[in-house]
Amino acid sequence: MPHEKQDRQGFCTQCIAEYFRILHIIAFDELKTDYKNPIDQCNSLNPLVLPEYGLHILFNVLFLCAGEWFSLFLNLPLIAYHVNRYRSRPVMSGPGLYDPTSIMNHEVLSQCQREGWIKLAFYLMAFFYYLYGMIVSLISAS
Amino acid sequence: MEMQATPVSGLTPTGSTASLNESLQPPSVESSATSKEACGSGKQSPRIPSPVVSGTNSNVPVNGLNASVPEVSEPLNRNSEISSESVDRVAQVQATSSVTSSTASASGLVTQNVQPPVSVNTSVPLSYSNSPLVRPQWDTTAGVLPASGAQSVSAPSVPLSGGVNARASVSSSNQPSIIQRPLGSNTSAPTNLFPPTGSAPVPSGLPLQPNSAGLPPASSAPGHGVGFSPSNIGSPRVPTTMTGSSMGMPPLSVGMAVSTSRGQTAFGPPPTSMGPPQTSMGPPTSVGPPPTSMGPPASMAFPPTSMGQPPTSMGQPLTSMGMPPTSMGMPPTSMGQPLTSMGMPPTSMGMPQTSMGMPQTSMGMPPTSMAMPPASMGMPPTSMGMPPTSMGMPPTSMGPPPASMGPPPTSMGMPPTSMGPPPTSMGMQPTSMGMQPTSMGPPPTSMGPPPTSMGQPLGSRPPPPTSMGYIPRPMGSGQPRPSYGAPPISKGNSIPQYQGPMSSPYANTQGGIPNPNQLSQQLGGLSVTRDGWSKGWGTHQVDLLQQRQILPPEGVKPPAIVLAQDYLPNCSPDIFRSTLTKVPESKSVLSKARLPFGILIHPFKDLEHLPVVSCNTIVRCRSCRTYINPFVVFKGERRWECNLCFRVNDLPEEFQYDPVSRTYGDPSRRPEVKEATIEFIAPQEYMLRPPQPATYLWVLDVSRQAIDTGYLKIVCDTLLSELDKIPGDRRTLIGFITFASKVQFYQMGEDQKSVQMLEVGEIEDTFVPCPEDLLVNLDQCRTLVEEFLTMLPEAHSGTYQTQSALGPALQAAYKLMSPIGGRITVITTTLPTLGPGALKSREDPNQRAGKDIQNMGPATDFYKKLALDCSGQQVAVDMFALNSQYVDMATLTGMSKFSGGCIHHFPNFHVSRNPTSVGPFTSCLARYITRKIGFEAVMRIRATRGLAITNFHGNFFVRSTDLLSLPNINPDAGFGMQVNIEEPLHNIRTACFQAALLYTSSRGERRIRVHTLCLPVNPNVHEIVTSVDQQAMIALLAKMAVDRCLTSSMSDAREALVNACVDALCAYKVGLSTPAHGTIEAPPALQLLPLYTLALLKSIAFRGGLSTKLDDRMFAMCELKTLPLRHLMNVVYPDLYPVHALSEKGSLNIDDQVVPQPGRLHLSAERLDRYGAYLMDAGHTMYIYVRSGIASEWVEGTLGVPSYAAIPQPLYDDSLPVLDSNMSLLLRNLIGYLQSKKPYPAPVLVLKEDNPARVLFIQHLVDDRTEGSQSYVEFLQYLKGQIK
Repeated sequence: MPHEKQDRQGFCTQCIAEYFRILHIIAFDELKTDYKNPIDQCNSLNPLVLPEYGLHILFNVLFLCAGEWFSLFLNLPLIAYHVNRYRSRPVMSGPGLYDPTSIMNHEVLSQCQREGWIKLAFYLMAFFYYLYGMIVSLISAS
Repeated sequence: MEMQATPVSGLTPTGSTASLNESLQPPSVESSATSKEACGSGKQSPRIPSPVVSGTNSNVPVNGLNASVPEVSEPLNRNSEISSESVDRVAQVQATSSVTSSTASASGLVTQNVQPPVSVNTSVPLSYSNSPLVRPQWDTTAGVLPASGAQSVSAPSVPLSGGVNARASVSSSNQPSIIQRPLGSNTSAPTNLFPPTGSAPVPSGLPLQPNSAGLPPASSAPGHGVGFSPSNIGSPRVPTTMTGSSMGMPPLSVGMAVSTSRGQTAFGPPPTSMGPPQTSMGPPTSVGPPPTSMGPPASMAFPPTSMGQPPTSMGQPLTSMGMPPTSMGMPPTSMGQPLTSMGMPPTSMGMPQTSMGMPQTSMGMPPTSMAMPPASMGMPPTSMGMPPTSMGMPPTSMGPPPASMGPPPTSMGMPPTSMGPPPTSMGMQPTSMGMQPTSMGPPPTSMGPPPTSMGQPLGSRPPPPTSMGYIPRPMGSGQPRPSYGAPPISKGNSIPQYQGPMSSPYANTQGGIPNPNQLSQQLGGLSVTRDGWSKGWGTHQVDLLQQRQILPPEGVKPPAIVLAQDYLPNCSPDIFRSTLTKVPESKSVLSKARLPFGILIHPFKDLEHLPVVSCNTIVRCRSCRTYINPFVVFKGERRWECNLCFRVNDLPEEFQYDPVSRTYGDPSRRPEVKEATIEFIAPQEYMLRPPQPATYLWVLDVSRQAIDTGYLKIVCDTLLSELDKIPGDRRTLIGFITFASKVQFYQMGEDQKSVQMLEVGEIEDTFVPCPEDLLVNLDQCRTLVEEFLTMLPEAHSGTYQTQSALGPALQAAYKLMSPIGGRITVITTTLPTLGPGALKSREDPNQRAGKDIQNMGPATDFYKKLALDCSGQQVAVDMFALNSQYVDMATLTGMSKFSGGCIHHFPNFHVSRNPTSVGPFTSCLARYITRKIGFEAVMRIRATRGLAITNFHGNFFVRSTDLLSLPNINPDAGFGMQVNIEEPLHNIRTACFQAALLYTSSRGERRIRVHTLCLPVNPNVHEIVTSVDQQAMIALLAKMAVDRCLTSSMSDAREALVNACVDALCAYKVGLSTPAHGTIEAPPALQLLPLYTLALLKSIAFRGGLSTKLDDRMFAMCELKTLPLRHLMNVVYPDLYPVHALSEKGSLNIDDQVVPQPGRLHLSAERLDRYGAYLMDAGHTMYIYVRSGIASEWVEGTLGVPSYAAIPQPLYDDSLPVLDSNMSLLLRNLIGYLQSKKPYPAPVLVLKEDNPARVLFIQHLVDDRTEGSQSYVEFLQYLKGQIK
């Protein structure tokens, strides 16, 4: 069943996306607590942004192919958010979202942190949902 | 290559971290370990004797942890960086060398370059003896009424309860006294105890009343507080005490508190007499009476007791205590008289409060009694009897009273009536009104008795107290108005009653004028006293719609910061300002006040008196690394408590030594503890590397357009003439790069006979053609440098290159400077068009007047990245833009914004076509070259625990939450920070901010300049709103608005500005007991806010409708972000002086020169007399605007021409002739005086009324209506609609 396969893939990519998200959260926390230089931090975080977005879009494409409309529907808002967020990013030549000169602003930092937590929660829930879907399909297939 | 540099980012961090360590955490031991190259991050903690921590991680402190981590990594990084960097460079050079046209590149050389910095060892600063300590000019509070007794009381207080009670009490008490007395605090505590009993009953009664009032007690409390607070202002100290006592009571019941407070006010007078006042005040006399009244109190049973106690707290209070009751009776009376005596009463009022605290207790009783009782009533009467007596007394004491006496008598008879009068007096100022009513409340109690005596009073009586207590609240709630204006109309309940009395008294005395304001206005004879009274109370308030002259002619003075310990020196307001002179106790208070909270700092200001301390150990808190300052608390001789984190630290032995008197034993005589601004010479631990030499690199535009403007000659001439004054020592390095289509370097080796130009045509991947002799020692190569400066303008005179390779030139400059650090000065006239960093014109001239401005953000991040790289290498980029066409300031300024540089803009600069632009440029440049400079600087802002800095404004790079990386610091740079209250500041009386700037002086000394600002904490919203520093606030708002422009849109920013203004006025209005309709009332602390807001909306940065070049706008925004407050205000709202009739009246005498002080005028055409001449100080330029009707004597006497028609146009300041007339002398003295306050003299432009150039002057008349913008009056009308 394509169904099953998609879910499995969704499951894997989800793991990676979650990993990235956790990295983000840790990084912002470090910034806030003064451990690291914002330039370093942005340099290490920026390369992760696009891959995360890419992964997310990738498994949504898989959902699309598999006709998993409900899962896709759940993820559409996030895709829209990602696109918008990237379009409104600060002017910068490299990939990424974070600008070391503004990241230390209280609002920006707390916004990034909040975003990190919310997305992590979303990914986690999605993860368990996919897991559930995969098991269900496995059982029904067998 | 550049790319490589970027990766160096790794470096950046290192550098940055290093600096971090320096400033912050000297503690880490690393310094020693890692130090070698990087000098180790400075750790001072080790020094501290006490530190148990051994070398390694001295950062025991929590903070330390953070620091420690970075530190370790840093040094390592640093080393690696340096090495890697050198490698890079070498590689580059080699690679490029082939390409280079004429270059001698040697890897060896390169390395040398790298090392020099290291090898160069700065002489370690010698110890400076401490300069004589200059007593801080600070005027701490004014001790308006230093009630010593009161003070003492206040000091001890510990906050009791935070609840409503507290508020009420606070509010009622004036002031900061915020500190509610805790039980333990004073004798008063006992008082409290008693009160409790009494209060217990009272509370219930009170609550009821509130209910009846229908007004939430809480709200009411604040309202009162507000009302009071103003009064408090008048006599801060006393209030404290008051509070304390009241506090005791309040805890029990809010109602109590309220009533007390009111009572207090009423009592206030008596108390006054009680406390310190006795001697000073007439009240003392009254004191005598009070005792009598005491009798009654006794009857009061509770009150007396309480009374007794309070006295204890008070010096004489006891008596006074007795008094209070009496005074209670009195108050009313006094109230009646108040009007006349107003001046006096206020004072007494303040005092009273203190005593009030005592009374309060009694008050509490009264209320109860009121509610219930006849019995109490019985008592009251007695007391009443007393009061009258006391009344008699007071009058005696009061000169004025007699007149008032007339009324008083009435009041005497009918306390209520008297109550009424007070209000009237209060009427003057609604706010005060609110207050008084409250105070009145207490009196009522006393009155209560009277009422009894009085037939009607009784009826009114009960209500009054209640109403009193409540009424105020209602007021606060917003209903008050009605009640005030037309008492009858408003409240059905007690209020009406209360008002009834009020009004009736009024009617009697004044003819029954409903509106307090009108009343006050009509009370012509009383107005003077009223004014004095309200000012004394600090309850002054202004109806902005009525008041045409809102601008103080003598200039706006920064509000004084009132500290309980007024003997402590606070930081000068020129250096450190807070938007709120009282720190809100909690976030909710701040949000209710709806004001921006932030600080503005001008850290490197040129100071005349700066104590410099050199010691082995700089005493700092072990936990938060705060430097010891005047606001710490010594615990015995050997320990001190940090005022930021409250850790108790040990005091090193060395600190016992007083360098001035050369004696041991008293740490409080150390300059560190006597000065709020001080400079330390930092020991080794504060150095990451040997202090760098002063290094200056000039990057000059030599394209065709640039040559045409003729600026190059001016720069070279100025440099030549100022060469001796360039700050630095024998190691000072200087270098030059020019750019057009290519980049030129100038080799000026010591052994060379002439300057050699190296041109690099490789734009895309630029490199430094030769590692040596591009930056040369100014001392040793002086002749070559001079030769170069003389020939440079000629050398490029024939150029036809019209392109600008600014980006590559900057990259090369960065590579050249990065091993050392220093200052890059870029002068550009055109849009960069070649190589990396090339830009395109983005401005559409047709959109200049549009509502929403586009392209305010950078087009590329090239300049920002470059700035960050520079910042990491301790290089700052300063920019001069001399453009006549668009240069995309929005993008270019990035190179200065993030590297701690400064930005100057001289639009349309041209030597022959626009000669007026030459003067400012030359003087600015001269100042720029010679002014002080600090290298490799970092600034850290620490704040009392609970406060956090959230946003920074200025030019720098934020390296961590409270650390600014400033590769260079100059004396004209200002910074702003927004502050957030993260934890409530309960139990804290003062909050402090400390800014520590660690820098390397141009002489190679590592120094730390520390500024400490201490502010009182206040839980009362109204007090916070009425103690705003409006100039600081508008400056902070401007900075925030600039940010808003960049992140959102211009219209958003404009709207936000107006909203901020509306919010502030709303917050004030909410706190009023009697807000009026159809007016915009503002306390003095906010009265200029609308004016400034409007000026800001019309400033170049934010204006809409008028055609404004994008570059001009962006530069104006940069200025708003970076100018120190004083200069910023000149730009936002220029000073306008009439100069046609200068006189010596009120003049200053400075250095035997008579400096006239004409009053400032509003910036409105209606203030310009047709026969006048006006001087406008607009920051960068001064204008003298001569109107056509000017007397020819004046023209002749000052300008040296026979008549108006003969005035040449335009005139610059060198052509303001030195004439032998008195007029000329006065004018020149005035101008000289104003100039002396500027970083560099501004040109003076004389404009005739019929000259088209008058627009320069007219555009600053921001009070007037212009195309597409409102006039001040219209703006006020608009605000009125917005303020709900």
